[in-house]
Amino acid sequence: MSAVGALARGGISDLLANPDREAELLSGIARRALDRAAARGADQAEVSVSSSLNREAGVRLGEVEVLEEARDRGVRVTVYCGGCSGSASTGDLRPEVIEQTVDRALAIARHTQRDPAAGLAEAELMAGDLPDLDLWHPVDVDMDELIARAREIEQAGRATDARINNSEGASVSAEAALSVYANSHGFEGCNRGTRYSQSCILIAADEAGMQRDYDWDSRRRFDQLAAPVVTGEEAARRTLRRLGARRVPTGKVPVLFVPEVSRGLIGHLVAAVSGGQLYRRASYLLDAVGTRVLPEWASLIESPRRPGGPASSGFDADGVATRESALVADGQLLRYVLSTYSARRLGLITTANAGGVRNLRFSGGRHSYDELVREMGRGLIVTELMGQGINLVTGDYSRGASGFWVENGRIAWPVEEITVAGHLRDMLGQLRAAGTDHDERHSIQVPSLLVDEMMVAGQSD
Amino acid sequence: MYEQVRQQMLDPAGLGRTEIDQALNRLLARGIDFGELYFQRRVREGWMLEDGSVKNGSWDVDQGVGVRAIAGTGTGFAYADSLALPALLDAADSARAISQRSGDGRVQTVKLTDYPHRYKGVDPTADGASGQRVELLRTIDAYARSLDPRVSQVTVSLSASHDQIVIAATDGTLAGDQRPLVRLDIRVLMEEGDRREQGFSGGGGRYGFDELVEPEVWQTYAREAVRQAAINLGAEAAPAGFMTVVLGAGWPGVLLHEAVGHGLEGDFNRKGISAFSGRMGEQVATDACTVVDDGTLDHRRGSLSIDDEGTPTRCTTLIENGRLVGFMQDKLNARLMGVEPTGNGRRESFAHLPMPRMTNTYMLPGQHDPGEIIASVDDGIYAVNFNGGQVDITSGKFVFAASEAYRIKNGKLGAAIKGATLIGNGPDVLTRVGMVGNDLKLDTGVGVCGKEGQSVPVGVGQPTLRVDGLTVGGTS
Repeated sequence: MSAVGALARGGISDLLANPDREAELLSGIARRALDRAAARGADQAEVSVSSSLNREAGVRLGEVEVLEEARDRGVRVTVYCGGCSGSASTGDLRPEVIEQTVDRALAIARHTQRDPAAGLAEAELMAGDLPDLDLWHPVDVDMDELIARAREIEQAGRATDARINNSEGASVSAEAALSVYANSHGFEGCNRGTRYSQSCILIAADEAGMQRDYDWDSRRRFDQLAAPVVTGEEAARRTLRRLGARRVPTGKVPVLFVPEVSRGLIGHLVAAVSGGQLYRRASYLLDAVGTRVLPEWASLIESPRRPGGPASSGFDADGVATRESALVADGQLLRYVLSTYSARRLGLITTANAGGVRNLRFSGGRHSYDELVREMGRGLIVTELMGQGINLVTGDYSRGASGFWVENGRIAWPVEEITVAGHLRDMLGQLRAAGTDHDERHSIQVPSLLVDEMMVAGQSD
Repeated sequence: MYEQVRQQMLDPAGLGRTEIDQALNRLLARGIDFGELYFQRRVREGWMLEDGSVKNGSWDVDQGVGVRAIAGTGTGFAYADSLALPALLDAADSARAISQRSGDGRVQTVKLTDYPHRYKGVDPTADGASGQRVELLRTIDAYARSLDPRVSQVTVSLSASHDQIVIAATDGTLAGDQRPLVRLDIRVLMEEGDRREQGFSGGGGRYGFDELVEPEVWQTYAREAVRQAAINLGAEAAPAGFMTVVLGAGWPGVLLHEAVGHGLEGDFNRKGISAFSGRMGEQVATDACTVVDDGTLDHRRGSLSIDDEGTPTRCTTLIENGRLVGFMQDKLNARLMGVEPTGNGRRESFAHLPMPRMTNTYMLPGQHDPGEIIASVDDGIYAVNFNGGQVDITSGKFVFAASEAYRIKNGKLGAAIKGATLIGNGPDVLTRVGMVGNDLKLDTGVGVCGKEGQSVPVGVGQPTLRVDGLTVGGTS
């Protein structure tokens, strides 16, 4: 496989072998941009520079379908002049292009209007200590290894059952990313992280039709990825269990959201208490700090500096130091999710959430998944949601769903082509119970959640 | 078009015919079926107004070359964010690794593709009128606020992009295109007592800013956003269950995009994983339904003169009088299925692989007056505006979320109802189309289609339709 060898000699090896040199390069670009901005009259400026390498192999029905080698670099500059701001970006990191990009940002700032909330975070909020968060675990996995692993995953899935009669393939990827954020306070922070991912999508068919489902994993360390056979067989299990799915009668029932979808519910809560929604008054949770948004037994804790976490960082997108902090304790909302800008708009102080929440975990659940299904008795398990029917302004929720119908505390049959509807305030405020089966792959980690009651629409009778 | 793009993008990078031939030959040296270079430079400009002032502006430039090599069903892909020759040759080396054979393929002599132009070669990012755009946003803000005292927030954004591409491939393709795209979005928040609701409207297309700055254009959008917010302020809970749904003309054509459009893309059908796979020639809709995908409409958001593989776009009939007659194809899937490419090979950028994608997808008009269609319904809903949709290609289940809808009782429009998701089965929903209106309308130019992580601008349209049975996801 000499051809594949040619791929392995490419840029990935360089970056993996010399991350410090790459970080130095990005840092130099950031400093050059800041110098240019200052020289051209900006009061303040900030720059993000990123560089990533991605290698991916996709296999379908045993044959190589896609081999991809990608290298991305980019720089974004924001300048502030007399209370006005402008922003520009480029993927071309030649010095003269960086300078042109800074000039572009300045040109834009000449047209925008004064905004008292604009500007860098206060200098004293900048992250001082930047601990190693254990995110960089480079291994030079070559294309041959990725192909072999993808083949193994897909093969394991296809061998499970004769009803698995087609495949959308399996893919495995290795990514290494570096980013530098610097601003005119003199703050400079660098994050570096690796990520290894694998996925498999399978098709099963019976007389009623075709179904498709998938499984995936994603880790910072290659050696922590699920075994190929685990991902392949789980994709097959998920696909097979959907065969024969049908609708259910229309009516109000309890609904159990599994971790893959319960994360979305907590994500909507986070969005509704985020500064951008709040200062635009586009949230059903205005002035909600101090009020109960979850049951008394539930809390949401953010741990941005958790070693090895999916979204760990010592500083947010404004350079502000991150720290562990509760968002919800004993059901009560303790704070909003604020960047420097949105905090100023609301007359508050940033919560170091520029760029979003980092490693937010739901706690307070006590039950296993099986206990939750028994506790529900009769109702719906939702395993997949479709569509955009979430209105954060009103809290109205209406989405397409598929999953399983539960009778007498046991799964009775697979369900599809139905909707689930309710109001986010009631759905989350009146959660009946939660599990302990958190999905660790995501930045927002939530276990199965049992919602007391929702309107399920299916058949007319 | 090619000559202009060549002069502006390739000449400064020192890339001429010789260098392009060199890269194509390098790609093909190991016996690849097909090799392609996709050069792109895209400039985007955006302005946003909130709280009555324009606080943000942005300017983004991306350029690079995507190189792919195909051997059988396999694709090797690499890209470089530099247009310099060494980067191009490196990318070619990576991409050709898809083939492990040695051989000597033949690069056909590249020949300039001739095609009709669907939009003017204007560059909306280079008109030097940034100051006027800021003024326009402020004027729109003031106008929207003047329409109704309950308007408490107005957000207006104006964006433009200018895309220059050159495609050179081993099958002899050599083509260039310059694609302008502008868009105006207006969102208002309205408050009355404890209730708050949003309304949204906007539009755009492949032209310069001069079309959007016409007062009659932006005033229509502003009035529409305010009207929607006002209606939603008074909306009651939507019903839940399986019922008759009348869909309005225009943007509700998102139904077609989700229910049948994606399922008729060549890649899913070549692989046999679409709910429509193997159903060519079958009746999949009532006789009144004829659905096309048409990339050739002048100045439309979803239109292209050539697709991202250099194939001139066309109007492809997908469903004719209810019968499935066509799929949308790119070069790879067309070759593997033994058919012609249809000009539907699209990619988000040089950093993404092309695949079959929709352009402007719509249903041709039928016989009925829209009023007659509503009058024919005893009990159901009339949905005229949507947020967007999603489909599971394999099971055929699709959703789309209504953002403005009304009850219909005894043939008459009743109260406005809150937004709700509608769900149905793609291969089945058009067999329930009981009436097709004579009022075909295309959307105003705001559609974005996502597939496998890639976003491209699209258009949809339809006349008023009566669907005799869709599940409506309300709460009452």
